[in-house]
Amino acid sequence: MKIKTLSLYLFVLISTLSCAQDKNPINTKNTHQIIVPELNNPWGFVFLPDGSILINEKEGKIIHYTNNKKIEITGLPEIYVRGQGGLLDIALHPDFKNNGWIYFSYASPKGENKGGNTAIMRAKIKNNTLIDKQLLYKAEPNTTKGQHFGSRIVFDKNGYLFFTIGERGARDVNPQDLSRDGGKVYRLNDDGSIPKDNPFVNTKGAKKAIWSYGHRNPQGMELHPDTKEIWTHEHGPKGGDEINIIKKGKNYGWPVITYGKNYSGTSITDKTKQKGMEQPLHYWTPSIAPSGMAFINSKKYGDWNGSLLVGSLKFTYLDRCEIKNGKVVKEERLLDGIGRVRSIEQGPDGFIYVGVENLGIVKLIRE
Amino acid sequence: MLFLLSSCNSSNKKLAQKSEFEKQDFSEGKQVYEDFCMQCHMANGKGVPRAFPPLAKSDYLKNKREASIKAIKYGLSGSITVNGKVYNSNMAPQGLSNKEIADVMNYITNSWGNENTSLITEEEVSKIQR
Repeated sequence: MKIKTLSLYLFVLISTLSCAQDKNPINTKNTHQIIVPELNNPWGFVFLPDGSILINEKEGKIIHYTNNKKIEITGLPEIYVRGQGGLLDIALHPDFKNNGWIYFSYASPKGENKGGNTAIMRAKIKNNTLIDKQLLYKAEPNTTKGQHFGSRIVFDKNGYLFFTIGERGARDVNPQDLSRDGGKVYRLNDDGSIPKDNPFVNTKGAKKAIWSYGHRNPQGMELHPDTKEIWTHEHGPKGGDEINIIKKGKNYGWPVITYGKNYSGTSITDKTKQKGMEQPLHYWTPSIAPSGMAFINSKKYGDWNGSLLVGSLKFTYLDRCEIKNGKVVKEERLLDGIGRVRSIEQGPDGFIYVGVENLGIVKLIRE
Repeated sequence: MLFLLSSCNSSNKKLAQKSEFEKQDFSEGKQVYEDFCMQCHMANGKGVPRAFPPLAKSDYLKNKREASIKAIKYGLSGSITVNGKVYNSNMAPQGLSNKEIADVMNYITNSWGNENTSLITEEEVSKIQR
């Protein structure tokens, strides 16, 4: 009987914890218009100068959406579609108009070991085919683990290429070890070479492309429109999703410090702070499962200008975060219940476009 | 804890019948579950209301063996009803091998109070067509 009571108690406790919604209020004065219909998982997308859109479907397709038509781009590299891996983010070179370079991230099986790991490639498009393909980075070793490929791509104001790679389900092995890939933010020159002033170029055994470490799985990265700093968010385990501003050579603490717990509810560490490790700008408990990130930097949304938008995969909404003095002071749910929000971009017209799994790309409209 | 949960729902007689069965090792399936399924269906198999259907005590999983295997193998989209509630979401195929699918099916159909004595084999999974 005692065991029954205990297990009932645990049962209730576990269900309460795992099913807990966050407390962000719903803003109902917004709606959406479907711009690109019928996509499975638009993991990343980018507007071309002519207003058409390149869309990465996770299953391994690049779609050029132009004149209301989907044209599939051919000539892709081999893609390892397993778990969270597949074709992931896509970005344009800052001087795309002149050089035509497109950058994309994907899970790649290239190499000797079974499995896959995150890769960054650049290529150009000619006659709807990828040409001049250059593999710029391939994380090692391959693993059959299904988690944490990271994969967002951003160019900073000086034209450096930043990207994230998650810890590939090996939290005790990768994130704190500079000689290993995974759990890192990386910085390269646009041609894939290592910038001479990267933080660990003189550290023996370190991967020279590493810019910061101690990350879990960052699926959002964006340049702040005013400060030009690199902002990321990352998935925590159960609780402890974070927003961080990424600084050269810093350690963001995973898994030594975290505000999260194991999925089972057991503790990972009792530390949330430690000297030499960065504190997040913000964290979410319960986890919203963040993916996609954009700042509103236009006059299309009135006083929402300057807000940070973050997609919630888990609770299926677009999270609007108001930032004041480096803190999230208010959050609210836009497009509540729309579906798993995977990717967010501000279009050349100043409107916000949102990639939603099993729906498509929608335009955010404030009423 | 999982043992406690399942025992909570079983009479002693059932436990005795199960004892032979519990010698089965579902650890490989558990590993697959933790890698590929747990983020949505949760550690306790209860899913997330409105978004991800439960596997624990799921009538769908219990009664629709072939459809369940097919969903893991090829993905699932459109509306399904689980324990009287409608879920209209999308589960992408995870790129699992037939053996991994059999392992994870055997794990989820024998966890959180679920019972399945007729285990799924790799061969059975291999025969299921899209």
